[in-house]
Amino acid sequence: MPSNSSTKILRLWQVLLLVALLAFWYAATSPTLLPPIYFDDPNKAAFFFGEPVKVFERVWEWFASGTIYAHLWVTLLETLLAFVLGTALGLAIGLWLALAPTASALLDPYIKALNSMPRVILAPIFAVWFGLDIGSKVALGVTLVFFIVFFNVYQGVREVSFTVVANARILGASNRQLLRHVYVPSAMSWVFASLHNSVGLAFVGAVVGEYLGSSRGVGYLILQAEGTFDINAVFAGILVLTAFALLLDWLVTLAERRLLVWQPRGGETEKI
Amino acid sequence: MSAAVPALALENVTVTFVSPDGGRYTAVRDTTLRVEPGEFVSVVGPTGCGKSTLLNVAVGLLAPSAGRVNVFGAPLAGLNAKAGYLFQTEALMPWRTARANVAAGLEFRGVEHAAALKRADEWLQRVGLRGFGGRYPHQLSGGMRKRVALAQTLILDPQIILMDEPFSALDIQTRQLMENQLLELWSANRKSVVFITHDLEEAISLSDRVVVLAAGPASRPIGEFAIDLERPRDVAEIRLTPRFIELHTLIWHAMKEEVLKSYAQQQLH
Repeated sequence: MPSNSSTKILRLWQVLLLVALLAFWYAATSPTLLPPIYFDDPNKAAFFFGEPVKVFERVWEWFASGTIYAHLWVTLLETLLAFVLGTALGLAIGLWLALAPTASALLDPYIKALNSMPRVILAPIFAVWFGLDIGSKVALGVTLVFFIVFFNVYQGVREVSFTVVANARILGASNRQLLRHVYVPSAMSWVFASLHNSVGLAFVGAVVGEYLGSSRGVGYLILQAEGTFDINAVFAGILVLTAFALLLDWLVTLAERRLLVWQPRGGETEKI
Repeated sequence: MSAAVPALALENVTVTFVSPDGGRYTAVRDTTLRVEPGEFVSVVGPTGCGKSTLLNVAVGLLAPSAGRVNVFGAPLAGLNAKAGYLFQTEALMPWRTARANVAAGLEFRGVEHAAALKRADEWLQRVGLRGFGGRYPHQLSGGMRKRVALAQTLILDPQIILMDEPFSALDIQTRQLMENQLLELWSANRKSVVFITHDLEEAISLSDRVVVLAAGPASRPIGEFAIDLERPRDVAEIRLTPRFIELHTLIWHAMKEEVLKSYAQQQLH
């Protein structure tokens, strides 16, 4: 672990880098600040890349007027539903196939095919099946999350040490108890290891679904702005989404620390 | 129950493994091993002689290709419910604390959670791990994990305790501590013990009887020695007594040839 002071210096540099990037963005798109280098019209850079001040103004407007909250809530709801349903399905089917070798051998090529299929192309079909409301977005997210969780659970069950299983059986565990006290905890550790990925993909599913056709959500905001060539609003939407994704990721890290307390972390020492 | 019925009896057991490509490997051939109630028997032999295979047959993890296994006179079907097993490798559930690991067997058998934890704490204290109940296995040293595993097995009060080189991964000091602790726990409540080891000194210092296995494949017992050292013993001190050295010389003579054979076979591969 780096010491406390070097962490602070690192943070400082990270903030400085952000400021520098924003300054560059501002300077390179401001119609008045720079002579035209690439674009003949000084307004063109701003048209293509937006202007940071206006972008932040837009973000501020959204939050000040409160219009963004309804959209954020919808996107969050879709993300959470996709995550929970995808994880539950992946867990159930992963456990089943890992413990039933015949079914697993039978279904193996189908699972590989489904996993290799670019699942975003299912979005229009989901829109037909589940309508333009949150259902189709959740469905898209579920297909993305499911496979991550499924493969991790499958792996997790396969990787349980033979000795641990044999020991539990000798200690008197029935098949149900073996599932509950050995296979599921082992699989869960793999699921948690992929938590960042699966939450991230649930979010991707929600936003892409919205972008492809919706009436609510942050993806919808971006779609609308794009339709009117309002590039500043597009960037504002991207910024809000990124901040939101970072927040989700941070929450996952917190959850992970609590739930995986039994796993050794690198270089961990403990005073007795 | 009459004393004539052994706690555990392997009668003419042969174990042949078949590999997926059709190859056959006979680990143990025509082996008979009887353990009386309350007797501490060690099985020694060179590496790869099928010691662990015998134990896996005794606990019911492996079905013998031929021969019978009787537990207190009754033929064994499935897992041996009267036996506890201490593995050579890590067998604790890493997602459970030491306390929850020790309590696991009781919970599997339907003991109420709080009561199981209470008894687990008593057992942790008995193996010298008082105050460590809240630790996860990775937060404990190798020796501590072995103690947890020992408590996990003994809390169920098995009539037969099967131990597969349980202390082989420990350093010599920890090992002697654990051996003394094991003897202490065992003499307080004498059960039948089958202790597998490749360490002859460990076998003699712990046991009532030492069985020597031939080098594999198709291993079988080639000698049995009663250990008439008095109890209680201290495993470190008893190694220095003349009788111990005498026994050690005697058994080592029987083993030496087999060890050399096993070594020669490993050179071939």
